[in-house]
Amino acid sequence: MAENRKYEVDPVTGSPIHPYTWDGIGELETPPPRWWVLTYAVCVLFAIAWWVAYPAWPYIAGYTKGVLGYSTRADVAEQLAAAKAAQAPMNDKLAKLDYAAIAADPELMTFATAGGKALFGENCAQCHGSGAAGNVGYPNLLDDDWLWGGDYATLEATIMHGVRSTVDADTRQSQMPAFGKDGILTREQVDDVAAYVLSLAGTAPADAAAAEKGKAVFADNCVACHGDAGQGLRDFGAPKLTDSIWLYSGDPKAVAAQIWNPRHGVMPAWAGRLDPLAIKKLVIYVHGLGGGE
Amino acid sequence: MSTTVNPRMPQTIDEADIPVWSHRPKVTPKKVKGPIRNLKWLVMAVLLGIYWGVPWLRFDRGPFAPDQAILIDMPGRKAYFLWFEIWPQEVYIVTLLLIVAAIGLFAVTAMLGRVWCGYTCPQTVWTDLFMTVERWIEGDRAQRIKLDKAPWSVSKLGKRLAKHAAWLFIGMMTGGAWILYFNDAPTVVPEFVTGQAGFAVYATVGFLTFTTWLMAGVARENVCMYMCPYARFQSAMFDQDTLAVTYHTARGEKRGKHKANESWEGRGHCIDCRQCVEVCPTGVDIREGLQMGCISCGLCVDACNSIMDRVGLPHGLIAYDTERNVELMAAGKPRKWNFFRLRTVGYLAVFAVAGMGVLYGLVSRAPLDAAVIADRNPLYVRLSNGDLRNGFTVKVLNKSTSPHTVTLSLTGLEGGEIVVPGHEGEAAPSVEVAPDAVAAIRAFVKLAPANWKGEPIDFEFTVTDPTRDLSVSVPTRFEGPTK
Ligand code: SF4
Ligand code: SF4
Repeated sequence: MAENRKYEVDPVTGSPIHPYTWDGIGELETPPPRWWVLTYAVCVLFAIAWWVAYPAWPYIAGYTKGVLGYSTRADVAEQLAAAKAAQAPMNDKLAKLDYAAIAADPELMTFATAGGKALFGENCAQCHGSGAAGNVGYPNLLDDDWLWGGDYATLEATIMHGVRSTVDADTRQSQMPAFGKDGILTREQVDDVAAYVLSLAGTAPADAAAAEKGKAVFADNCVACHGDAGQGLRDFGAPKLTDSIWLYSGDPKAVAAQIWNPRHGVMPAWAGRLDPLAIKKLVIYVHGLGGGE
Repeated sequence: MSTTVNPRMPQTIDEADIPVWSHRPKVTPKKVKGPIRNLKWLVMAVLLGIYWGVPWLRFDRGPFAPDQAILIDMPGRKAYFLWFEIWPQEVYIVTLLLIVAAIGLFAVTAMLGRVWCGYTCPQTVWTDLFMTVERWIEGDRAQRIKLDKAPWSVSKLGKRLAKHAAWLFIGMMTGGAWILYFNDAPTVVPEFVTGQAGFAVYATVGFLTFTTWLMAGVARENVCMYMCPYARFQSAMFDQDTLAVTYHTARGEKRGKHKANESWEGRGHCIDCRQCVEVCPTGVDIREGLQMGCISCGLCVDACNSIMDRVGLPHGLIAYDTERNVELMAAGKPRKWNFFRLRTVGYLAVFAVAGMGVLYGLVSRAPLDAAVIADRNPLYVRLSNGDLRNGFTVKVLNKSTSPHTVTLSLTGLEGGEIVVPGHEGEAAPSVEVAPDAVAAIRAFVKLAPANWKGEPIDFEFTVTDPTRDLSVSVPTRFEGPTK
């Protein structure tokens, strides 16, 4: 400040008027109140103290860590541990009780279902869909049709050991012969039996005569697994053919294709990957989706 | 508004002399007696009585709800106010209530000026209380100024310690009463004293003890001057008919000292005794005209009136008056009051309409409500017998203080069948909902393929409480395969 300028004083407020005026309009240089100035100074000091205490400044390959050693990651880990600890009593109870006892306790059911839902999203949704509605070749878990059974114990066994798993000796195995590809049936016979199978499910066959011929083929080749009336056999995982649910589509061509050269889905065995408690929660969740038996 | 310019004010100032911060002189208000002071004592007693007494009022709501007349139950997410109960989704009622209160405040301010500031604002009431305590301990204005200037001594230290201890105690009682609005008062007080209350309780009390001490003891008028937004914008409600504490310049000037038996001819009635300035809690000289610092507390009115008594002049040199009246009186004409004018009647009308709306909202609040969330992933499921099934979550809100059983049924879905897990086989499943709770009921709706026409069907879930003759219908739709 080279010169000591004189400021005019505004007669109304008593504040100095800044010498720079614009079209005769000047700005008041009212000094801020003391507490404001002091608070401002304290804030500046606080900011500097913060830089020292906490992670603050980035540099090319990292950042200043701060002397307190605070880290949000450590915080998260702590919170996760705390959440686990908070869930422990419920988890213990869940682990001890059998399915029937759990089903009788609404609070436990809510807890298990919520946990099962999260686990399902992480582990099962990739094939069965996030809404569990499945897809062609991946069973819909919402409906009332089960290949292997939909009660608690059966669901648990299926999830634990999987289906056609290559690593689990107790896995569910079923194999339908490739009737067409392996030459067991002719093309015509396959079409006939497909027409017959569709008629079992209540779909009027396009060709009634073919369906009639297919009945005999069915009796000779299919009843061992699918039953006399196509009612299926859960012990073999042989699908029920009389209902409206088709794992590989109910389109006549798709049914014929499945008889000619069947596709076989694989489900991993989860016993080694998830702990028994997680599997229990999954069983409860899947059972509660709408088709539980 | 006439601006009275202080003749002692300098015309220019050197740049180097402009201070970094403004030097506000410490305000050391003097004690005053008079009818307005008495009114202020009364208002203060009533308001503090309400603040400390209300949490102890009981109100019977039956066995499932708290019996505290006014309670904000944070963990339970409910607020109870006598007959009324507010759930989080009804917070808009509180918002409306605040808007109504604001408009009421505007109406009062347009008519009567800053009566809120001068009499009822918590900042004013608590500051007044703190100043009274200060006066008890350190004496009146003259003694306090002397004490401020005196060097530190045992007696000064003792007085200061006593004052701050008393202030902190009041602060603690203030914070302590605050938590009673959020907890059952008779339960939390013994818990608090025996150290069993929760962390939030102690933290709240501690924080409010500090802020009460800071605001009412240390900051005082600075809150009104620098922090309060209302002080800043209420000039928008003022006009020439608004009541304000006013110095009648025409009568008072030219001011000057006055000796007994001296004539009043050719001079003003103000004897420049500065009593009005000394009693002012915000340090204002009201003779300079209406200004932001004046909270309209009227203490200078009492002070000046007692001086007028002493010099044998009529009251009212400083009085609650309007700008219009000041001008009328200066011109020798009678006063004219104009409380009900377009602006105030407008405020009152909006106040009445909005207030009625809030009341209607509270009174017509249904004790039963429902919401339906349809499953979106997937929209529908095909069952083995060919039926279509949609999944729903029906949330039933029981906003009453006793448990109730509701039944679910479908309206407008030809052939639709409702299945609630655990209630299979019930044509209209009945579910019990706990008092003051939301039940999330999983409900499946089935439809035979014959009833599906390839288009989504709009229908309603009807939740009925037969014992209370209540029912709510919530629209939703049934989805299936479309062509
Ligand atoms: S109290 Fe009345 S007489 Fe005394 S200075 Fe104030 S206005 Fe003048
Ligand atoms: S000027 Fe008078 S009315 Fe205004 S705050 Fe001061 S004492 Fe109260």
